[in-house]
Amino acid sequence: MTTGLRYVYAVCRPFSAPLQSQLTGVGGVPPRLLHHHGLVAVVSTVPERHFAEEPLRAHLEDLDWLTETARAHQQVIDALTTVTTPLPLRLATVFRDDSAVRVMMEAREEYFRQTLDRLEGRVEWGVKVYTDAEPGESGEPERAPAKAASGRDYLRRRRDTFRAREDAWQKAEAFATRLHETLCERAEDARLHAPQNPALSGAAGRNVLNAAYLVPRDHSEEFVELVDRTKDEASGMRVELTGPWAAYSFVGDVVGAAGDEENGEGDLP
Amino acid sequence: MTTPSRLPDAYGNGGGANLADILERVLDKGVVIAGDIRINLLDIELLTIKLRLIVASVDKAKEMGIDWWETDPALSSSARREELARRDGDARHEELARENAELRARLAALESGRTREGS
Repeated sequence: MTTGLRYVYAVCRPFSAPLQSQLTGVGGVPPRLLHHHGLVAVVSTVPERHFAEEPLRAHLEDLDWLTETARAHQQVIDALTTVTTPLPLRLATVFRDDSAVRVMMEAREEYFRQTLDRLEGRVEWGVKVYTDAEPGESGEPERAPAKAASGRDYLRRRRDTFRAREDAWQKAEAFATRLHETLCERAEDARLHAPQNPALSGAAGRNVLNAAYLVPRDHSEEFVELVDRTKDEASGMRVELTGPWAAYSFVGDVVGAAGDEENGEGDLP
Repeated sequence: MTTPSRLPDAYGNGGGANLADILERVLDKGVVIAGDIRINLLDIELLTIKLRLIVASVDKAKEMGIDWWETDPALSSSARREELARRDGDARHEELARENAELRARLAALESGRTREGS
């Protein structure tokens, strides 16, 4: 009989509020709490046939599987965010057993404590700005019914289209910069992410700002209102707010931080 | 209904959240921790997936006539340009290397032409 592997969602400080009773994680299994050294790892057992090295490699090539797993992961982190301040781990962080999770927690204890202190009571809000769908994107102007009367006409038309885009782009850029500055004043920290690819996100228009803001819970309402207000100012643009997220964008990288890459549990039985 | 420290209602989070947003955070932003199942492998795999998603979507975007990133010099503010550059670094390196090689070849051709003329 195999006992399965341990999937770790997040590390938290101990918390008293109960998790949603019907909360499930990866594979439909409810997560449980593993207390160690005054920290809590939120884990669930996952089958080796899916999460051992080889199957995982194969699964990660499968967009459907990836989607489902990412949503399950996020669902647990989301539930944790409502009751405590989790330090979210990256998708598919898997250990052999509980004791391997404990070893990991000990090795990175200091980092976890520092980061949890820094994030305590904060959440992340995502703000994106899009330009309204550009005329060129639908392919319409390319197939404009009236043919250009001359080469000069054609070139003029192309130049006009280009200029219109350029203007819209500059306006959006200025708006996004201003918005970012305003939001930074209300946030404790901010990160600029790469603009999302429209084909991937399925969002219309061009993504000109994709930012994350670290905001104290208590100030969240204010922050949300601030973003909501700017929506009215943005003509020809769309402002999108997502959150509250766990502070994904503000947790950094811990590989090597503990100076302990080999945790002594590496040998497979 | 005044629950203390209640957060504003989730905006597009939870079940309805955009998949791109979830993947962006869950794949990209959470803490990376070396596990006893080799996480290094995972890092590479995750990168591969991301690359694949991007490549796939770029092709699709081009089909749809969105090719501004090729022609638009005002692509982004410097911060975002850096981000992009980081992401596209490899592809761009390749392209630059190719361009470099091409220019060198052309220069060599020109120079050999000139020396022939000069002598």
